[in-house]
Amino acid sequence: MANVMEIYQLLPKTNCKECGKATCMAFAVDLPGRKVKVDDCPPLMNEAKYKANYEKLLEMFGSVKDVTETGLIVHNEKCIGCGNCVVACPVNVANDPLGAGSGKAPTSDKVIFKVEDGVVRARNVQECRRFGDNRILCVACIDTCPTKAIEFV
Amino acid sequence: MSSEYYVCTGCALLCDDIEVETEDGKLSKVHAACLKGVARMKGCSNPLECTVDGEKADIDSAIAKAASILKNAKNPLIFGHGNSSSEAQKVSIGLAKKTGAYIDDTSSFCQGPIIEAILQEKLKTCTLDDVRHKADVIIFWGADPSNSHPRHLSRYSYFPRGKERQRGWEEDRTAITIDIRRSSTAEICRDTRFYQIPMSADAEFMDALVSGLSSKVPKTSFDFDKKRILELANVMKKAKFGVICVGLGLVYSLEELEPLFKLMEKLNEVSNFHLIPMVGQYNMRGFNQNLFAETGSVNRLKFNGETGNTDHGAEYSVVEALKNKSVDAALIIGSDPLSSLPLSVARYLTEIPLITIDPCQNLTATRSTVTIPCALGGVEAGGTAVRMDGVEIELKKIIETDNLSDEEILTRITEAI
Repeated sequence: MANVMEIYQLLPKTNCKECGKATCMAFAVDLPGRKVKVDDCPPLMNEAKYKANYEKLLEMFGSVKDVTETGLIVHNEKCIGCGNCVVACPVNVANDPLGAGSGKAPTSDKVIFKVEDGVVRARNVQECRRFGDNRILCVACIDTCPTKAIEFV
Repeated sequence: MSSEYYVCTGCALLCDDIEVETEDGKLSKVHAACLKGVARMKGCSNPLECTVDGEKADIDSAIAKAASILKNAKNPLIFGHGNSSSEAQKVSIGLAKKTGAYIDDTSSFCQGPIIEAILQEKLKTCTLDDVRHKADVIIFWGADPSNSHPRHLSRYSYFPRGKERQRGWEEDRTAITIDIRRSSTAEICRDTRFYQIPMSADAEFMDALVSGLSSKVPKTSFDFDKKRILELANVMKKAKFGVICVGLGLVYSLEELEPLFKLMEKLNEVSNFHLIPMVGQYNMRGFNQNLFAETGSVNRLKFNGETGNTDHGAEYSVVEALKNKSVDAALIIGSDPLSSLPLSVARYLTEIPLITIDPCQNLTATRSTVTIPCALGGVEAGGTAVRMDGVEIELKKIIETDNLSDEEILTRITEAI
């Protein structure tokens, strides 16, 4: 993913404050954290001279099909429903220690991963450790997947 | 969703935490089971029909015909059993006794020798629940559970938190794969915990490990890095509760079990190690245990119809019996030998009267004189089954069917003889 300076270079750099941020740099800092959207910058959206930059930024931060808010994608065609991610996910363990955390079927509604019809389904993604203010780069579900069916974008 | 838990019969893990949703008398959704289990539980896409000589028939005439085939045969073969409940297997053993039949299951070319050694108490074993709660070193030898038993790692062996393994797999467990190829399980164990050995080198690698455990220099003809063998021996030595999951790769590679006995003996001198066979079909171990309790052998048996004595040995296995053409009729229960055995061996089955009992259509059924559809074990019929570690699990019926269970079909055939 692009760093803040690269994002900044694609912005109007006029500090017009129309987005509600004090500077374009502040906007660039908040963009990767999904606190603002590309479309929140009116000049970028409406002025023809920024069109190329706007499209580049959309490519970086626009929504991709089937991606959850945390950038998590489960490739259904690859998943075999082994449940490794269900048991390995730290959030599942914390929310359901005697069910998902102990290798059994999840017994709580707060779990992120659950296997249905042989394929894992992601839900409650706002609970994911890669989401929110205190996010960390957790890879428990990716590392334990034998078929590489889980991906973060 | 039903609030009741059912057992999945997709493999010998017999996961007992499955919830289901039903619609119009069929399973519409299966929760928590892996893809393999869901495929099995949702039933066949092509169910078997009741036929005699290729023509549709009613169940009574099919049973009568099957009984007459077995009655008229001098040396019938009864084969399959891996996908039957323990109750059905016991009836099948009774039927073999009554007809003086050869009786065998897939374990004769599968995990049979390992299960026999465990039942004879030559190998130390434990249950999968022990593995979940205690195991800190888990070795997958010639096994790839990520493909064969998808929930093995997540439910028991590697990822779950257990009573004495509260900190999870990152800190509390070490999983090791020894295999000839980089399997999906090896990917999970990572490069440092994956030992790739040449084909048929398992016995030699075991000897090298024994040397390593005895603080000698481990030598191999294929020049395996000695440091890595010593490192592995060290991990095994320090294990508080170790387990070796024996896969078919190891069973097929060993000509005799002696190297494995030697390794287990040495491991238990310096450490604490157990062994669990990675059984495939959901009740194969059940058949081995039931036959062992009855006759003292796990498979490859021939009953003498008159005296009731048994002959046991390699020549009574399904493969040898078919190769030597020493059987003159066959009853196949929940198995498809025409697909799974080499054609040169299985071809003989098409030359003799054949009876197939199965929920689904398969290749063997297309060549059978009599086909009798049965209820799907664990879904349309209940019973008991034995998990790969020897624990008995009760199966519950989930949905109704018009088909009889294989136990009922076998009982009626036995009565008709």
